[in-house]
Amino acid sequence: MAKYIFKRIFQAIPLLLIISIICFSLIKLAPYNAVDAMTTPNMPEQTVNLIKVKYGFDKPAYVQYFLWLKGILSGQFGYSIVTHESITNDLGARIPATIMLVLPAYILAIVIAIILGLIAGANKDKKIDKIIDGFCSIGIAIPSFWFAMIMIFLFGYKLSLLPILGMHTIGMEKSFFDFLKHYIMPCFVLTMAFLPGLIRYIRSSTISQISEGYVTVQNAFGGSKKEILFKHVYKNVLLPVITKIGMALPMLVTGAMITETVFGWPGVGPYFVKAVQGLDYPVIMAILIVSSSLVIIGNLLSDILYCLIDPRIKEMR
Amino acid sequence: MKNRRIKNVKDELKSSKSALFSLVFLALVVLISIFAFLIPINPDAIDTSSMLQLPSAVHLFGTDELGRDYLARTIYGGRVSLIVGVLAMIISTAIGVGVGTISGYCGGKIDNLLMRFVDIISSIPWMILVTVVSIFLKPGLQAIIIVIGLFSWMEIARLVRAETLSIKEREYVLYAVSIGQASWKIILKHIILSVFPTIIIAATAGIADAIMTESSLSFLGIGIQQPMSSWGNLLKNAQTNLQSAPYMAILPGVLIILTIYSFNKLGNVLRVFVEPKIVGGGR
Repeated sequence: MAKYIFKRIFQAIPLLLIISIICFSLIKLAPYNAVDAMTTPNMPEQTVNLIKVKYGFDKPAYVQYFLWLKGILSGQFGYSIVTHESITNDLGARIPATIMLVLPAYILAIVIAIILGLIAGANKDKKIDKIIDGFCSIGIAIPSFWFAMIMIFLFGYKLSLLPILGMHTIGMEKSFFDFLKHYIMPCFVLTMAFLPGLIRYIRSSTISQISEGYVTVQNAFGGSKKEILFKHVYKNVLLPVITKIGMALPMLVTGAMITETVFGWPGVGPYFVKAVQGLDYPVIMAILIVSSSLVIIGNLLSDILYCLIDPRIKEMR
Repeated sequence: MKNRRIKNVKDELKSSKSALFSLVFLALVVLISIFAFLIPINPDAIDTSSMLQLPSAVHLFGTDELGRDYLARTIYGGRVSLIVGVLAMIISTAIGVGVGTISGYCGGKIDNLLMRFVDIISSIPWMILVTVVSIFLKPGLQAIIIVIGLFSWMEIARLVRAETLSIKEREYVLYAVSIGQASWKIILKHIILSVFPTIIIAATAGIADAIMTESSLSFLGIGIQQPMSSWGNLLKNAQTNLQSAPYMAILPGVLIILTIYSFNKLGNVLRVFVEPKIVGGGR
């Protein structure tokens, strides 16, 4: 098994390298670069050259790539060409805010989805299944930003119950209650956005598990429906959910872009959208490389986890 | 054969009211979008004397912050959203089917190379990928169609490849190979024809996804730009006027939801049509 894990890690490395090359080429292809941002048209050529030398822009492209890669590996993503702030510091401040929003929402969504999905799958084509499945079909069709706007209108404007923007009221940064009031709406919107897809997934895997032989045997031995569902079926349904969790890793950074933007949550979302609108390539590429690395690492983790948990896979390798 | 299929679809529509509703709704939206030019109101006509008016007899759905008729803007917006959905779907399906069949049929090194390529593109979160590429193009209708089309074909390619792998072992394909048919002829005549049901279903869902992507991008301000309207950028506008004119958020939002819902339902109905084996709305 160690061999399998080693093989998977070995396969992931070239993928990461290729993505870094793509990112770097995109920065190079961009019509506007860091040197243009730091210089003004009436600067003497010598000054421009000095700046180029200072930041390594005088070297050939492949040397620049290795310098850039070296920077990323040591945690230096370079500087924004709009604000001239260090991207590492900016991301360091924003990623925790995003995780704080996405992680609880995702866990909540998974727990609710497991319960509803099991119920719907076990009662396929009955009334309760039709209700849950109908909820999913509509839920998938609702854009999360629209739902967020409706929530803001209802609870923010009409009922004036909840604040509509940001994470804290100015001057009340320490108050936990104040934070909670800001937290409820984005968290709820995000949970609702995750929910339909997860329910569908668990519902369909419940349905396929119920048609398996071991359920027929349990039925023949007179096991009650509840007992079979919560003692046997749910374990087998949870197994693939673990792979889902691994693949959800990148969502900790990019999972709430739209929700964050609507609610002005100080996470990665508004930072990214602002960078895109301001054509701030270094920032965009930093987020691109972080999120795609997380996708690859997430897939790797879920493969390894799956292989640790499911004895059948262990034997196959 | 043909009759049984039509009968299946009829049964499906009879048993499921939501499927029937979806078909009627889509037909209506498409017809209204096509005949939008018959509306006597200019969706871009600015009228500063009637800004942010509530729905009335003159302006059935009120006006926006520049006094433009909201109903007309929504209808023209729907037209843009549908165009984006359909054209982006055609691009992505064409690429997906091409890559999928070639990869599955040729196998070996070509398959490996193409599938790794698919892996790489799919490992970048779609929103980031789409926005990154859209900044290299001039924002607007063409850019958004190209961007969505170019980056949403991976799922179809995987599906088509998997089916191709099994179809190329069937007798009629083996026979075609043995009598020396050219590969491209076999792919066009036999493989694509056999994968067709899968393609149709994936393409319908593809329209729904493309409409959703377009509205999200436009909502973030990197999609369709003013003065052209789409459902997504109407909602972006609605967000700024949410407090004073909440009705602006309702109409485009409800239309997006119903359209996406209907396209997904249409996929289910088509599945009954193209795969007669699973009768009764098998899910």
